[in-house]
Amino acid sequence: MSISFQDVIATGPITVVSIVALVVLIVETIRDKTELLTCWISITGLVLAMIVAFTSIENTGTAYSGMVNTGGYANFFAVVFCIAGLLSTMLSKSYIQKENIEHGEYYFLLLLAVVGMMLMAAAADLIIFFLGLELMSVTFYVMAGFVRKRQASNEAALKYFLLGAFATGFLLYGIALLYGSTGTTNIESIISRADILPPNTTFLIGLGLLLIGLAFKVAAVPFHMWVPDVYEGSPTTVSGFMSTGGKAAAFSALLLIFAPKLVNLVGPIQEVLAVLSALSMIVGNVIAISQTSIKRMLAYSSIAHAGYLLTGVVAANASGTKGILFYLIAYTVMNIGAFGVLSTFESKDRQNLTFDDYAGLSSKKPVLAGLMALFMFSLSGIPPFAGFFGKYYVFVGAVEAGYTWLAIVGVLMSVVSVYYYLRLVVLMYFKEQAVISEPTVSSLGLTALVISGVAVVELGIFPSTVLNIIANFF
Amino acid sequence: MSEGYILSLILALPFLGALLVSLLNKESRNAIRILGLAFSGGAFVLSVWLFIMFDGGNPDMQFVEKYAWIPELDVSYFVGIDGISLLLVVLTTFLTPIALLASWESIESKLKGYVALMLLLEVGTLGVFMALDLFLFYVFWEFMLIPMYFIIGIWGAAERIYAAIKFFLFTMAGSLLMLVAIIWLGYYASTQPDGFFTTNLLKLYEIAPGIPMGIQSWMFLAFTLSFAIKVPIFPLHTWLPDAHVQAPTAGSVILAGVLLKMGTYGLVRFCLPLFPYATFTFMPYIAALGVIGIVYGALVSMVQPDFKKLVAYSSVSHLGFVVLGIFALNEEAMQGSVIQMINHGISTGALFLLIGMIYDRRHTHLIKDFGGLARVMPVYAAFFMIVMLSSIGLPGLNGFVGEFLILVGSFKSKYLGSHWFAILAATGVVLTAVYLLWSYQRVFFGKLENVANQKLKDLSVREWAVLVPVVVFIVWIGVYPHTFLQKSELASKQIVEQIQDAWKGFRVASAESIVSTASESASR
Repeated sequence: MSISFQDVIATGPITVVSIVALVVLIVETIRDKTELLTCWISITGLVLAMIVAFTSIENTGTAYSGMVNTGGYANFFAVVFCIAGLLSTMLSKSYIQKENIEHGEYYFLLLLAVVGMMLMAAAADLIIFFLGLELMSVTFYVMAGFVRKRQASNEAALKYFLLGAFATGFLLYGIALLYGSTGTTNIESIISRADILPPNTTFLIGLGLLLIGLAFKVAAVPFHMWVPDVYEGSPTTVSGFMSTGGKAAAFSALLLIFAPKLVNLVGPIQEVLAVLSALSMIVGNVIAISQTSIKRMLAYSSIAHAGYLLTGVVAANASGTKGILFYLIAYTVMNIGAFGVLSTFESKDRQNLTFDDYAGLSSKKPVLAGLMALFMFSLSGIPPFAGFFGKYYVFVGAVEAGYTWLAIVGVLMSVVSVYYYLRLVVLMYFKEQAVISEPTVSSLGLTALVISGVAVVELGIFPSTVLNIIANFF
Repeated sequence: MSEGYILSLILALPFLGALLVSLLNKESRNAIRILGLAFSGGAFVLSVWLFIMFDGGNPDMQFVEKYAWIPELDVSYFVGIDGISLLLVVLTTFLTPIALLASWESIESKLKGYVALMLLLEVGTLGVFMALDLFLFYVFWEFMLIPMYFIIGIWGAAERIYAAIKFFLFTMAGSLLMLVAIIWLGYYASTQPDGFFTTNLLKLYEIAPGIPMGIQSWMFLAFTLSFAIKVPIFPLHTWLPDAHVQAPTAGSVILAGVLLKMGTYGLVRFCLPLFPYATFTFMPYIAALGVIGIVYGALVSMVQPDFKKLVAYSSVSHLGFVVLGIFALNEEAMQGSVIQMINHGISTGALFLLIGMIYDRRHTHLIKDFGGLARVMPVYAAFFMIVMLSSIGLPGLNGFVGEFLILVGSFKSKYLGSHWFAILAATGVVLTAVYLLWSYQRVFFGKLENVANQKLKDLSVREWAVLVPVVVFIVWIGVYPHTFLQKSELASKQIVEQIQDAWKGFRVASAESIVSTASESASR
């Protein structure tokens, strides 16, 4: 296998972010006080990668001897990851300053995670998928524990690492069994062999183990135990990044491997996915009600959203898949926005993270409160915001596939979710006293929040902006 | 497929107003008020023009506008009105400026947000009445919740938070099941020959009646649940007293005047024509619930110590009439229901306005705090008398027209199958007179014992300006309802005939299938 220059160009977004990540690392080592510089290098790099991904979206093909897909699906997700990385970087600046963890490695790790995600979405081969997954996961383990001196942060990192390693084991075992039963690690070949294989236990077990590993990464019940602790303990901006970029990456891989064709061919998988989806929606939403910490609430809500997204995988049809792609973009902007607002108010000793701290916020900080309310409405799926259309589209998929009951579970659980999302709005707008301390928000962070807010409204009212792009490669 | 863009203009005006208001300095309170009034007033002027231009001789949708929105799912920005929507659009644009004028002084904090939200609320409700695409309809239907939620939650009375959340969750719970039903309808359209996923209402009118009976019932129930919560139909009404009592005056006016009509409008626009067979199956039950609502609402009103709560429960009673009229499935009753929706909007809206005026002065709406008010506020008492009599249904005032048509229609109805519906409903008219006259007596007559009431001022010029237009309409509809009925006549007739035809076809088909199975078994 030889690596040609064409391969490097064809996988442009990955190349760009990898180079920028290395540049950040080098700049960090050779000079002092480079935090501002590395931040801007990362931002520039991510914007550049986004442009590259966007302009080459129609050049679909493969690179690196058929190991990596280029264009289309891969580039679409590259854009999503760049958005997640970009917004997180912009929000992180003042947050890591406040938390005294402003080291250049932070941006390096963030960029590296983006590279991992991109590899996952571009994987044509299970090995590449695994490579990307590990790249992303390992950087996440480090980022979760980035506040070295804080116990909660250490706990988050350790928990995430131990459980994550365990899930990796399942995943790798699954890949091995799939290879054993089909003789290939090429994803497309595996899928196409599913219908010519005789009923094969090894194959099914392999798929099942792979599903367990992926369900862990997307935070689906019953593999969700790590989520609340990790999201709560990690630095807030990192939680935002993990819950959006990480989830999008996991779903991109899930959609590649458990593609509609495979799900339709292997009946039991669809049933299993449906159960995972329903359980995630129910458990996530119901437990979220009783949380007092907003960060934990968002963690459980993230589990619930994994459930809604899985509905689209269960559907295994065009609407479901397109719905997931749209949903992931919508979820990225609204959830990073919500974590972003949290990060501006969080004070050094992890104060101001409970619901009660937000009482009366609207009179003191109308803009931030307004944005937070917007993200909450969108997360709960109320039109005309982005979250609503995402849900609508995946539920269309579910109904078309004959899974109306799953859509019904989904909407009923949405009612539950309205209660806890709006609790924050109630406190911010309907209570009088304002006790919360002054937020630390840089103009960069505020820009990111405003961008997210505008995107939530824009995508909600004109979903076709994204759907037209998706239509290019479907 | 476009006939001008007046509907979009009517939708855009309050929206623009809300944007402009939110850009103003929050200290320039008068500018905020005037701007709000100007934009909502502008929408009213436009809708009057709409009313005049509307062709009552055409039963189809008019002023139709259609632009592709989400082509993948055949969702379009598709608006248009028939005679029924026309009246409700005019009602909405009429009540919003009145409500803004009524809350000119009573809103002290965050005036800017208040005016902006009232205007957004108007956009949402107008959109519901105009939408001809189920997706668009749903967007407006849900979007409308947000401004109303804030209006109750921020400017409401002591228990406002509880009421706001209850209002939101009740409505949301119902409407999300409707969302699944909407998706299923779209999917059903795609299973037809040459079909594709669509939420275009006019297309679904043709397709949906063919849904197999079992599923049609579920679809009907999903839609009806959502509308029944909104109306509200007994026993789903429990959110209503809380929301009404806690909301600020203007909120109650819009809530009672317009928002409840979204439920009854939904029944007429969606449930009946989309699911005619299921309508026939469930008709007696829902009509019965309507009658229970009439009597129950009136009885509960009678014992309320709180005047605002009394009026809130009277809404349950009055809307019971509308529901009964809709499900009597004949032209008189349908026309009665349509005009009763308007009447209830005007009369109950006006009652809330009047209660708000006394609340501004005394900060209470408990009946026992008053007595003998007619001595100090004679003009107020006179206005109150007119509005109250209209609500009771005195001939010559608006309330009579609707109730009369509904009672006649449901008495004659072939489909209800019993005269008892109309007879029991008629007792509601008597009970209404009892609770309203009795409370009027306790508030306005008798001795002026409470010291706090002795120095109350009578109506101000602004309050005159609020009430006079309302009274004009009360008398106009009462004396010459033809102005309004002629616009909605053909639309009502068409809907009724549509389902009656479907019913005939359905009976023929089921008779044939019985015959064919019989002959099959005979030939064996």
